[in-house]
Amino acid sequence: MPSKVLLIGYGNPGRLDDGLGPALAEAVGALKLPGVAVDSDYQLTVEHAHAVAQHDVAVFADAAVTGKEPFSFSRLKPAETAGPGFTSHGVEPDEVLGLARDLFAARTRGYMLGIRGYRFSEFGERLSEKAQTNLAEAVRFIAGIVTHDLCDDAAEAE
Amino acid sequence: MSSNNTKKIVIEPVTRVEGHGKVTILLDEEQKVKQARLHIVEFRGFERFVQERPYWEAPVMVQRLCGICPVSHHLAAAKAMDLIVGVDKLTPTAEKMRRLMHYGQMFQSHALHFFHLCSPDLLFGFDADPALRNVIGVARKHPELAVQGVMMRKFGQEIIRATAGKKIHGTGAIPGGINKNLSIEERDGFLKDIDQMLEWSRGALKLAKDYTAEHLEALKDFGSFDSNHVSLVREDGAMDLYHGNLRAIDAQGNRIFDQVDYQNYLDYIMEEVRPWSYMKFPFIKSLGTENGWYRVGPLSRVNACDFIDTPEAETERKEFMALTDGKPNNITMAYHWARMIEVVHSAEKIRDLLNDPDLQGTDLVLKGERRGEAVGLIEAPRGTLFHHYRVDENDQITMCNLIVSTTNNNMPMNLAVEKVARDYLQGTEITEGLLNHVEVAIRAYDPCLSCATHAMGKMPLVAELLDHRGRLLHRRAKNCSIDAE
Repeated sequence: MPSKVLLIGYGNPGRLDDGLGPALAEAVGALKLPGVAVDSDYQLTVEHAHAVAQHDVAVFADAAVTGKEPFSFSRLKPAETAGPGFTSHGVEPDEVLGLARDLFAARTRGYMLGIRGYRFSEFGERLSEKAQTNLAEAVRFIAGIVTHDLCDDAAEAE
Repeated sequence: MSSNNTKKIVIEPVTRVEGHGKVTILLDEEQKVKQARLHIVEFRGFERFVQERPYWEAPVMVQRLCGICPVSHHLAAAKAMDLIVGVDKLTPTAEKMRRLMHYGQMFQSHALHFFHLCSPDLLFGFDADPALRNVIGVARKHPELAVQGVMMRKFGQEIIRATAGKKIHGTGAIPGGINKNLSIEERDGFLKDIDQMLEWSRGALKLAKDYTAEHLEALKDFGSFDSNHVSLVREDGAMDLYHGNLRAIDAQGNRIFDQVDYQNYLDYIMEEVRPWSYMKFPFIKSLGTENGWYRVGPLSRVNACDFIDTPEAETERKEFMALTDGKPNNITMAYHWARMIEVVHSAEKIRDLLNDPDLQGTDLVLKGERRGEAVGLIEAPRGTLFHHYRVDENDQITMCNLIVSTTNNNMPMNLAVEKVARDYLQGTEITEGLLNHVEVAIRAYDPCLSCATHAMGKMPLVAELLDHRGRLLHRRAKNCSIDAE
């Protein structure tokens, strides 16, 4: 049976490149890939654990302040605790996986897609030019791996 | 202002608070706390950002302010724009849909705060190992409670989705009304779960209440102080989270002003700018800056209202008020108890609304004579939220002034931090215990800042000790003490 995949793009579209996650969710959603459910939100919170638990694979897409261009992709390990980076009402992707495991006995495999952004420090509903380029690359990448569950191969290749 | 005989201790950012916060503690020559301040790095400029945009975009645009309470901004802006388009009273369907949206928001926000941010402190104790004292710790030790928190949050979010259209950039509330009603299918889906939600709400309330009762002596003094309280109340004095008039009471319950039309809020509330803080300090004009600061939010709402118009929440309010002989409760940690009374109230309201056939009505929008200026006010989960706009003849916004809930609580949060610092700082080192206690005091207010950027690469909690010359003496990250270089 093909894997059930959930893609969650998160961030604030009103904060320039912080909107990369929701923009990816919108673009991938428009492709209507079989077996791929798409969600977007301002940030991850505890109830995402319930949605994640209903799927075999969860891909979390967020803007990255630093790091590899055009994006990075890696396998996530469910968190054993919520550490010092545990800021705000939001939770981190590995914590969502940890909650899905602890609360719903889920064994969902999780992956982090960090799309490199550049401009975050003002209000505005637009992506920078370089972020748009990175987004297009990320959409192509995700579309190529999720329907055939090639996530582990892709993460290892990164 | 730091003088040469003081030392400054810096704590930044405060974990589990939206955006970034920093705490500075000034010591005097005897190494006693002279002053403590909470600096909140609020993202500024939004009020300018909305200028020159058409007024009908405001209810959608303002949701970009915050990733946790976008619905509150959506509704406050929509209420102002109702008046801009000349509508003083919505159709029953429109008002009830908006109320359902708002109670859904209140329910999910309070549930999230309680289970995610507050319950680790209550269940494990303020001094417990941070590796345990977090939401995953709760999930492991109290999984039934954590599941309830997740499902309550999810229920509230689904109500928002059904009333606002979607979770991000909801468009449900529009100037003069609402753009959809609630379908029978949506209603029945929620009705199926509402009794369970109410039951779980009762359980959360009991936890908060019992905790307060069991630790009353310790909590009475923890970050606590007498204060004024401001809240919306209905014309008959009932708690009303969506609409009403402004009431302010002092620490003894005497009314400072009452039934004030919030269109005239500038006659009663002023904001002070202080050079050391990004956030303004609102105060009651008639009392001045020294004595006019006030608290908002669940504690103030329960204190200020005469009654709650749902039976279970009203019974609980009476019990809450009996603790202080009917006078306002000024215990900072009682915010948690009051917040859970509001969870029960919200669940009761949602249940009542779901059984109201007006939600399936089709009369959704009204129009009137255009106005140039209006104020929208709502009791957001964290407290009173002010949206004030002017719109020109070309339909463009020319002025926007926002006083968000956390800004209203700016002075009380500073005082809470100072109280905790005075009580728990020992020597010239920031201990893990001090950090924990400072965070617990701030979290009681559930601060939520206009700072929802949430990109990968955040900072952990860092505390720094500086001497009077600004030289770093000691730095503490969470669970990690580092000698200064």
